[in-house]
Amino acid sequence: MSRPEAKTVLTADGIHKSYGDFAVLKGVSLAARERDVICMIGASGSGKSTFLRCINLLETPEAGSIAFEGEQLNLDRRGDGAARLDARQISRIRSRMGMVFQSFNLWSHLTVLDNVTIAPIKVLGVPKAEAKERAEGLLAKVGLFDKRFHYPAHISGGQQQRCAIARALAMDPKLLLFDEPTSALDPELVGEVLRVMRLLAEEGRTMIVVTHEMAFAREVSSEVLFLHEGKIEERNTPEQIFGNPTSERCRRFLQRVL
Amino acid sequence: MDVSLMIDSVPRLLEGAVVTLKLLLLTEIIGFVFALPLGILYANGSRAVRAPIYGFVYFFRGTPLLVQIFIVYYGLAQFEAVRHSLLWPWLRQPFVCALIACALHSAAYTTNILRGAIQAVPAGEVEAARACGMSAFQVQRLIVLPVALRLMLPAYSNQAIGMLKGTSLASTITLMELTGVANTIVASTFSPYEIFIMAALIYLAITLVITRCFKFAEYALSKHQRPLASAAATPEQVRHAD
Repeated sequence: MSRPEAKTVLTADGIHKSYGDFAVLKGVSLAARERDVICMIGASGSGKSTFLRCINLLETPEAGSIAFEGEQLNLDRRGDGAARLDARQISRIRSRMGMVFQSFNLWSHLTVLDNVTIAPIKVLGVPKAEAKERAEGLLAKVGLFDKRFHYPAHISGGQQQRCAIARALAMDPKLLLFDEPTSALDPELVGEVLRVMRLLAEEGRTMIVVTHEMAFAREVSSEVLFLHEGKIEERNTPEQIFGNPTSERCRRFLQRVL
Repeated sequence: MDVSLMIDSVPRLLEGAVVTLKLLLLTEIIGFVFALPLGILYANGSRAVRAPIYGFVYFFRGTPLLVQIFIVYYGLAQFEAVRHSLLWPWLRQPFVCALIACALHSAAYTTNILRGAIQAVPAGEVEAARACGMSAFQVQRLIVLPVALRLMLPAYSNQAIGMLKGTSLASTITLMELTGVANTIVASTFSPYEIFIMAALIYLAITLVITRCFKFAEYALSKHQRPLASAAATPEQVRHAD
């Protein structure tokens, strides 16, 4: 799967993060090139979600570096080890990374349509009419055009998650981060969300997906990372990981979940 | 019970009620203007930012409103600088003194109410706002405050009703608001029963109006929480259905 000509979108190198004495991430590195779909799998508590949240700095890593679209994130340490973050740079970078959360996190006081238009209008400065037109197109794509005047409380979990995906797409992101997007859904609603994600992968969107959906990881990803206790235990093509994992831990994990 | 005395007292009591309403309205407006930034900073600020706000809230919640009114009315005049200042023509008026004390008192309570409401906004919604690149200011203005202002309404209506009754304390510094007027009429008619009952009825009427206003505001701001059938359709939706 090596495509040397593809541009690198994101490089995260040696990311460390701990809460108190507990080290969640012990040096996780990853490079995502254009059109990559990288799935991160592993047991609960292995640090997958924390790593994803470090990428867009919802969590501040204690060590390591992050470069996004060739721009190095300013994570200079102060004496006490805390990063001195540049709020403007973070905002700019976040606006080009879409994030989809496990619990959807739609803005409850806004309609489906407003959830999708507010960030492009307020953060990117897109004219209202244009943002609305684009949002309607995206909602049609995720199958929610008819629900655009509904409030989040009035639609199902699967619909909320599809709306959240449309919200992320509305920023025209260079990278999409999915944090266990189907884990909070009833089993019968998982399929509709995975279908949308599959569509995005086929479009060639660059995606990093933390997931427990092994079938999705196997069929859609270009690379699979298996995390164990804050480290990448194995990284490989889905064929290798699911067919012939080299790590014993990975093999046991897959036996448990498949 | 002397019914004619009760009826005769109404016009003068209503004049007092107008002063009460003026005091209450200005108190709540000024109080809210102060409480808005203070509440946001109290909920989000660093320790150093929160400490003085905590002190302010602690003082005004922890001392009687009557004492605060006395401090402003009798206390300020002690200082020569105040008596010689350009503001003295205002600061010597009982209405202005009552307003200063009531507004600060109200601001302290409202600050605390707003802080609680801001902290009750779901963390995930705030995180989603940050994740799409909104600045800290945009997160507050676009996501947190619209939700928090709705959440604070029930507690805020309590505060407003409490403040309505608090304004009666201004009668002790000679302000002729509703209670002050009632007191004066009683002093000349010696019929406390009739007059104070009339005053109480007027307070009840004002409370009713305040409660209704808040109920309406709660309803208007909770479209997203009502069952689907009663959530009013937007004009666009109606047009779309045609």
